[in-house]
Amino acid sequence: MNMQKVMTRMSHLVLPISVLLLLIIINLIKGADYFSITVVKGALYGNIPNILFGASELVILTIGMTLVTAASQGQDISIGVSATITSAIFVLFVINAAEVTLVTIIAGFLISCVAGLLIGAFNGILVSIFKVQPMVATLILFTGGRSIAFMIDGKLSPILANDISNQIGTVIPGVPIQTPIILTVVFIIITAWVLKTTNLRLYAQSVGINPSAARLNGINPKKIIFLTFLIMGVCTAVAGFIAVNKAGRHDSVNLLKLIMMDAILAVAIGGNSLSGGKFSITGSIIGAYTIEMLNRTLLRLEVEPEAIKAFKAVFIIILMVVSSPVVRDFTRKIMDRVRTLGLIDGVLKRHAPETAAVSSPGSIKRKEE
Amino acid sequence: MKKRVLCILVILLVASPLVLFAGGAQEESGMIKVGIVNLPPEESGYRQANVEAMNSVFSKENGYDAKQTNTGDNTEQIAAAKGYIRDGVDYLLISAANASGWDDTLKSAKDAGIKVILFDRLIDTDKANFQAALVSDMAYEGDMATQWVLSLGLDKINLILIRGQMGSAAEIGRSAAVLKAAGAGKLKIVADGTGGDSWSLEEARKVVEAAIAAGKDFNVIYAQNDGMAQGAVQALEAAGISHGKSGKVKVIGFDFNRFALRNVQAGYWDADMQCNPRQAAEISKWIKSGSLPSGIQYQKELLLTTDTITDELIDQWGINADPGKGVITR
Amino acid sequence: MEPENILKMEGISISFPGVKALDNVAFTLRKGEIHALMGENGAGKSTLVKVITGVYEKDTGNITIDGQPIHFKSPQEAQNSGIGTVYQEITLCPNLTVAENMFIGRGHYSFVHWKHMNEKAAQLLDSLGIPASPGQELSSCSLAVQQMIAIARAVDMDCKILILDEPTSSLDEDEVKKLFVLMGELKARGVGIIFITHFLEQVYEITDRITVLRNGKLIGEYETDSLPQIELISKMMGKALEEISEIEKLAPDASGQCVPVFEASALSSDAGVRPFNFTIQKGEVNGFAGLLGSGRSESARAIFAADKVTGGEVRIKGQRVKIRTPLNAMKRGIGYLPEDRKGDGIIAELSVRDNIILALQVLKGFFKPLSQKQAQDFADEYIKKLNIKTPTADTPIKSLSGGNQQKVILARWLLTHPDYLILDEPTRGIDVGTKVEIQKLVLGLASEGMSLTFISSEIDEMTRTCSRLIVMKDREIVGELTGANLTENDVMHVIAQGGI
Repeated sequence: MNMQKVMTRMSHLVLPISVLLLLIIINLIKGADYFSITVVKGALYGNIPNILFGASELVILTIGMTLVTAASQGQDISIGVSATITSAIFVLFVINAAEVTLVTIIAGFLISCVAGLLIGAFNGILVSIFKVQPMVATLILFTGGRSIAFMIDGKLSPILANDISNQIGTVIPGVPIQTPIILTVVFIIITAWVLKTTNLRLYAQSVGINPSAARLNGINPKKIIFLTFLIMGVCTAVAGFIAVNKAGRHDSVNLLKLIMMDAILAVAIGGNSLSGGKFSITGSIIGAYTIEMLNRTLLRLEVEPEAIKAFKAVFIIILMVVSSPVVRDFTRKIMDRVRTLGLIDGVLKRHAPETAAVSSPGSIKRKEE
Repeated sequence: MKKRVLCILVILLVASPLVLFAGGAQEESGMIKVGIVNLPPEESGYRQANVEAMNSVFSKENGYDAKQTNTGDNTEQIAAAKGYIRDGVDYLLISAANASGWDDTLKSAKDAGIKVILFDRLIDTDKANFQAALVSDMAYEGDMATQWVLSLGLDKINLILIRGQMGSAAEIGRSAAVLKAAGAGKLKIVADGTGGDSWSLEEARKVVEAAIAAGKDFNVIYAQNDGMAQGAVQALEAAGISHGKSGKVKVIGFDFNRFALRNVQAGYWDADMQCNPRQAAEISKWIKSGSLPSGIQYQKELLLTTDTITDELIDQWGINADPGKGVITR
Repeated sequence: MEPENILKMEGISISFPGVKALDNVAFTLRKGEIHALMGENGAGKSTLVKVITGVYEKDTGNITIDGQPIHFKSPQEAQNSGIGTVYQEITLCPNLTVAENMFIGRGHYSFVHWKHMNEKAAQLLDSLGIPASPGQELSSCSLAVQQMIAIARAVDMDCKILILDEPTSSLDEDEVKKLFVLMGELKARGVGIIFITHFLEQVYEITDRITVLRNGKLIGEYETDSLPQIELISKMMGKALEEISEIEKLAPDASGQCVPVFEASALSSDAGVRPFNFTIQKGEVNGFAGLLGSGRSESARAIFAADKVTGGEVRIKGQRVKIRTPLNAMKRGIGYLPEDRKGDGIIAELSVRDNIILALQVLKGFFKPLSQKQAQDFADEYIKKLNIKTPTADTPIKSLSGGNQQKVILARWLLTHPDYLILDEPTRGIDVGTKVEIQKLVLGLASEGMSLTFISSEIDEMTRTCSRLIVMKDREIVGELTGANLTENDVMHVIAQGGI
């Protein structure tokens, strides 16, 4: 019974985890040393650290995207651009500082977080108060934002050549793990902590599923939607911070370009409905790493550069079809049949029909009809 | 910082109408009237350098009465061009957002006796519809870079090719010579990847990481822009593979970003191939000399290596911010 | 003479994993009769209908239509054989026209000839006496007319058997009358109608025979005239008669001396209710009575600030307070079970547990989540207390039956221990057993000192539970009934007089 409970709770993770496993198998076939990790210049090096390193910004943005999707029933497409603006402000602050110390960097980061909050507030007000569709509301920054970043950059692409930035973008001497990975983990832990110590999950889900019922239970849907956009703003600031320190310079034209596509995809692969409601951040995070791994797997398979997009598209189409309600229902039916057989078997052996009958989740719905 | 933001606002609000007004009011005789249709500077550092050069060359001090329109919208561009034709400019300089849809406009310019000079970007039209065009020759850039690779004197060349946006003119041109050399057996392409539509640093890094993970032996990285070369070098650094002047892997980038040139100067990279955004000076030379060439003209462009690079060249030809001498951008 | 059976089902059984949904059930439908299919939620009514309409495949048994054995593999096949179905929720497209809704999506009309279609629709609407014109947008019709159009759509497919699954639950009395006229018309044409409803009065008003199911088994088939209502109830519930006969009224009459728990004067909201005065005492059960649209729900919503409050004064236990949002009301000890369970009540995809703790959680605050264990304990406690039938507390509420969903919402409010609880249509669309349970619960709560406002469209339900009825008409209070005057007749009178 308990095992089954865990299984039902984990059921939404089946898709992302199986995709991840499939990719791992493909990679292992390609080379048995896939998981091997060596130490280079005092830091861990290998495929896994590379994936964790490469996906850090995506993971952070995906967390925000999951929350925005859950509550506002739509997606924020301005995230890459917003991160470009916040990081431009960070860079502007740092290069204008007389001396770059850890305090400068932290101050710059905090200022960029404030910028992220302002951007989030802008999008959030449009969506929550003016009821603009999230995609349309965030289209404004998506189209105009890079010009703003370019202006902040002083029409140049400023260089972030200082040791601390370099260490944030690579490794801190003496620490065996690349800094972006650590920052991502810290961010995930903070997210988990926030979800544990607040009712964000319950509120966001309620608002996303049934805003009217949420309101009648004392939740202000506008505030919650606005809040998710504020959180998104912080996510973009953190992602922008990591991205620009990784790159070592601020390229307002290409920084995190089109990353919203991957973030939305990660939310979907994570088993979340893009029309809001129930969400699983764990699923989204696994989804983000899956996408990173997919990109690398295609490179590993040496797919022609001309065909790489098509391959990715085909893979994603298959994934979306497999996770569609139609196919899910079909598999559930088959699973029910299989379970019934198992049940009969179990009844014959154990003579315990009642408990077994209730624990089959597929049967409940039909029974109640 | 506040000041800068304020400045931006002020510039945005005030600058454009002022420029137009000033241009209209001070029409003086003896000035050469030029209409420039260009893309917006915020498109890229490259375009910023291009627009800046246009502004400084076609100035009143140099005897020009010039008006410039910067927009990424083709219809707006065409409307601006038609406006300049009505104003009766002497020369019409165009860098088109879209290569098609210009035939009528170009013909009416021709009928009005206006000389049309295309710069930086070509237009799909009959040669008779414009006087001259000054552009970068991507194939030439690819040739130069490939020549440099072949001239390194390596025993065998195992090259990682990192392309830009697939199918773009720059990608096709810059890939051609390498692919040809590989076909002729002069070098071997051990990994062939792309930075995608955004010529992405991260994607380039992944291409190199994948090659390392696959245990590929390579000694040249040919990245079709500076950002991707940077990403490639980040991958080498993380894997502890030496590169640059005294290293194992030779690295070449494109575009002459100043940070890239400083990296070359420091021996962190090995070479960079120019893509020159500053057509203004050459075009002005044509106009002043009174003898305009006809048809497509290609710019002479430089390839700088750790040996040939100088501060002056970086200052003169580089684009985007200069990190300063000796500063490496990792 | 033996009446002609169009549909005959024998020995029907069907199992789902772990449950026998139908066990050896027989059912017959005669030509030109209206046959009620009765049973509590989970009795197997819907399953039986789905077997008839080809949605489910039976495990064993025979079905014959006009003496021909049939074996449907899909709903389409059933439809082609003359079985039309109209469900409780209208499944038409509100932004298409009436005619489009009647014909679109049907095989032989794949190439639409608009003029022809409209003519045909007009004919059909006219012959069935449906007050709608073909070119009118569906959403501009009343719910009843929409329901009738759904029936017309089914009828036009040459249907011999028409299944109406809870068609009246969202209609008011007048609309139900219209629907019944239409059903009579179809009956006269020889159509066999299977009618599923929770309204017992309606069963006695229109049906010829009744088949009762309970727990997937056939209890019996009866002539409507020879089965007294109380017996029908006991057959549905499987309980002895005395258990369900008149509930004893436990609630004390309000005594005028103490300070009211809640008091409103000249309260109004933007939902259009006229400024009204209202008080409720500790332990009192009162109700807003009136027809649909009379303002009874709007008044309740105004008290809870569910609609925007536009004026008036509110006192709680004598103290003047401001209630501008539902949260204000909740903090003042008011709970509100909304009329529209699906739209305003349940958070469909969330678990029973989350649905139960929601209001309490909101009251506790954003930064004070209940621990998993606390939440689980609360959920378990109320699942047991209210006898909520759910496999686990983790089950999404949407997979529960209507009655059990309603109990979850009730649990949600009881968990907050309100001083004053407003129940707007708590018994709509749920089975008789649960209805009785909820009524008993209301009286029990009142005897423990809770004040309740109970709103229902079934006036007899209100006269049974409330000690005071506030009668509304046209968004205004037109009268108040207490004591001996609390009868259905009196309510009708007040409404009728209020109209003068």
